[in-house]
Amino acid sequence: MNELCKLGIKEARAGLAKGDFTSVELMQAVIDRYHEENARIGAYLTFDEEGALAEAKANPGGVPLAIKDLINVKGQPCTCGSKILKGYTSAYDATVIKGIRAHGFVPAGRVNMDEFAMGSSTENSALGRTVNPYDVTRVPGGSSGGSAAAVGGNLCIAALGTDTGGSIRQPASFCNCVGLKPSYGRVSRFGVTAFASSLDQVGPITKSVEDAALLLQALAGHDEMDGTTPREPVPDYSAAIEGATLKGVKIGLPKEYYIDGLDPEVKRITDEAIKKCAAAGAELVEVSLPHTDYAMAVYYVVAPAEASANLARFDGVRYGHRSERSDNVFNLYARSRAEGFGPEVKRRIIMGTYVLSSGYYDAYYGRASKVRTLIRRDFETVFGKVDALLTPVVPTPAFKMGEVQDPITMYLNDLFTIPGSLAGNCSISVPAGFTRAADGAPPLPVGVQFICDAFREDSLLGIARAFEQVERGA
Amino acid sequence: MNFENTIGLETHVQLKTRTKMFCGCLLKTGCEPNTNVCPVCLGYPGALPMINKEAVKLTVMSGLMLGCEINRHATFDRKNYFYPDMAKDYQISENGNPLCIGGGVTIETPNGPKTIRINHIHLEEDAAKINHYATTSGVDFNRGGTPLMEIVSEPDMASADEAIAYLTALKEMLVYAGVSDCNLEEGNMRSDVNISIRPVGETKLGTKVEIKNMNSFRGIHAALEYEARRQRECMAHSIPIVQETRRWDGEALETASMRSKENAHDYRYFPEPDLVPVALSEEQIEAWRALLPEQPKARRARMIEEYGIAEYDADVLSQHKANADYFEAAAKGLDKKIAKQLCNLFMSDVMALLNESGKAIGECAMRPEALRSLVTLAAKGTINGPTLKELLPEIFEKGGDPEAIVKERGLGAVSDASALEAFVDQAIAANPGPVADFKAGKKAAAGFFVGQVMKLSKGKADPKIVGPLVAKKLAAL
Repeated sequence: MNELCKLGIKEARAGLAKGDFTSVELMQAVIDRYHEENARIGAYLTFDEEGALAEAKANPGGVPLAIKDLINVKGQPCTCGSKILKGYTSAYDATVIKGIRAHGFVPAGRVNMDEFAMGSSTENSALGRTVNPYDVTRVPGGSSGGSAAAVGGNLCIAALGTDTGGSIRQPASFCNCVGLKPSYGRVSRFGVTAFASSLDQVGPITKSVEDAALLLQALAGHDEMDGTTPREPVPDYSAAIEGATLKGVKIGLPKEYYIDGLDPEVKRITDEAIKKCAAAGAELVEVSLPHTDYAMAVYYVVAPAEASANLARFDGVRYGHRSERSDNVFNLYARSRAEGFGPEVKRRIIMGTYVLSSGYYDAYYGRASKVRTLIRRDFETVFGKVDALLTPVVPTPAFKMGEVQDPITMYLNDLFTIPGSLAGNCSISVPAGFTRAADGAPPLPVGVQFICDAFREDSLLGIARAFEQVERGA
Repeated sequence: MNFENTIGLETHVQLKTRTKMFCGCLLKTGCEPNTNVCPVCLGYPGALPMINKEAVKLTVMSGLMLGCEINRHATFDRKNYFYPDMAKDYQISENGNPLCIGGGVTIETPNGPKTIRINHIHLEEDAAKINHYATTSGVDFNRGGTPLMEIVSEPDMASADEAIAYLTALKEMLVYAGVSDCNLEEGNMRSDVNISIRPVGETKLGTKVEIKNMNSFRGIHAALEYEARRQRECMAHSIPIVQETRRWDGEALETASMRSKENAHDYRYFPEPDLVPVALSEEQIEAWRALLPEQPKARRARMIEEYGIAEYDADVLSQHKANADYFEAAAKGLDKKIAKQLCNLFMSDVMALLNESGKAIGECAMRPEALRSLVTLAAKGTINGPTLKELLPEIFEKGGDPEAIVKERGLGAVSDASALEAFVDQAIAANPGPVADFKAGKKAAAGFFVGQVMKLSKGKADPKIVGPLVAKKLAAL
């Protein structure tokens, strides 16, 4: 492997600045690694090598970023992991793409994902198989599985993912990456194919917390094209984490997250993380988020409802897959969609359509919206008392490919990540250790999650950075 | 049994904004299909809507004109349905929490004025246009995303005439405020018409029938008359009236069933997560209120009072805001007598010139000040009637300052009595024949001499002075 691929953003920038290598050499290293390793890992779906090299040449400080295949880059594919968008070429750039280009990044290849970001293993991709670089018999997590596998497997310097209910944090935990889900509205969604509009956020998947800060800087801010991005000032995140410490930081441990049924290795690693924080001077207190139990139910009403409308546009009329067997408008819709969407997407469209149906709205969507407010208040109350929350990211380490067949079991992957998504606050998955494999199998990475109040990415990154240093023994 | 009609209208009005409701695409007609489009109005993956503030402003202004309560926190919803004219396969609309609530429109009826209550006004996006060809259909998204305001009335109208009076009043108001062109042929104003009948004295509403997408007043009138008749016949023959949507067939002049209530769409409304509520401050609403033009009715009354013009003239003038604005600019500072003359000239000659040229008043070269000056010159006798009529078309066409033109060309009327007397004497001396005729009793011969004097003065003599002068001289012979 070309050693350049192991670099993070900060190191790559330092190397580029010193003239140790050029942006073209860096991009070439990523492309070489793609040729060498992608057949095994399957992180990337497509890679416009010529385009990426040309852009790297034009952008001498440019660091390659793998892009989740639902973010529009003009002239490139944007399949969302779905057959329905196979062959589709983006007509415009997402705001985050303009942002990363303006901040010294270059879009590299397009990475795999669960179809329309619905899933926790990337097994729902209709277009490719992605495995966990730490154990190729296991899943990389999802839905940003391609992003995490690319970063964790050193197939790229860093990546963009999206998180709706855990889709950045869970794969980051499975692939030994840092995965940041920004507060709702912190990053523009314009040009990011929507799954659930009130939950979706783009965020960095990186090799360090410092890198996450650098990449978030390129993403965050108000966008004239996205009405849900407020004019909150954007702090200098790298400056904010400079010299960050856990000393005196008040960290809450929500009791609802420390449940029976947690994988013992996950429990051990999380407990050790708590101890390390305490040893570093953090004050740890038990707190309660009483409505946590309802989060999963709320999420599986709200997200599919929004998805059922968001995915209606894939109808075969203007772009995307159009059924050959369409002899009238109704069949054009029905057959194009039946042929184009995979089973999980169909399941969620049906669920979403059902909960919005006349006579059911109040009982489902209306009720879920109210409970969502209660969940948000839980967090607001807690953040009046503590600076951050520390929780497991996922109840288990990466599971085997094909192991989870039942949708509900799959949904439980997001148990600890969904409440924060519903509340709209910010959270991060930071590597916390590896499992002790019993049967000679490779050890698996496990992360822990820190959660902070909305628009407090500065303190979230600071705490995560301090933890990372403790964890790395620095 | 005697039945009465209850009629309610849902009127869609395309707003006169520069750009579309949720994106920056220009609103232009007559362009090649799908040229004023972008990822947002084509519903591309990842595209997001942004609210057009001008559309909110025009809707709020409409609400203020109709006496609605303005919602300080209106929200948008998604209305889900699959059809190729809606790119996203959902329409962004305001379902439960619209911008304007309540209000009303007062119409004149044979029984005196009547107020038609407004339920609410909401803002949404228009659908694209579907064109049907021999074997295929095409969608033109140029129109897709046009800001559309829907004014929903209460079922307060009792006849087709009242419905038309209501629509006419609405149209007049909206055009006046520049909210919409309300051009029916262009589809700027379309109505869904709801009608039911009930026995006189009954308070419960009958079963309603909806006729969708009507875009001519004549059609609406005919459809309502037809439906009122059809429903009465149903009643007479004990045929139940079903709640349904019917279509007006403008050729057969009848309505036909489209779909019944059982087959009605379930639109699965839910709050649009891509848009935050429209927060309106008191200051903002007041600033928009200040932009409201005087309403036609009030303006008519004021113009009659201020300029002493006839009711009919005030009526005609105020129908078109541009005409009324022009007239008032021209009449500025004139006393009532001259203002009235100005009005007469505007109503006859200027209107005729507008008709002939096919121009709108704003397009003609004549400034209002020039028209004022022209009328003033005539009123003061500086120029005579024929000169006025000669100059008007020229200035209408090319513009210019009447005073300067009159001076430059020496068109000033000759009203100096001694000069005119000389012309009269000259004419009498040169025409012994007609003099003899006059003396023989042919009084009409006097006209001949007036003509001669006009000729001698090269048209500048004031015929009003010449006439009596000629009569006097001839009588003295």
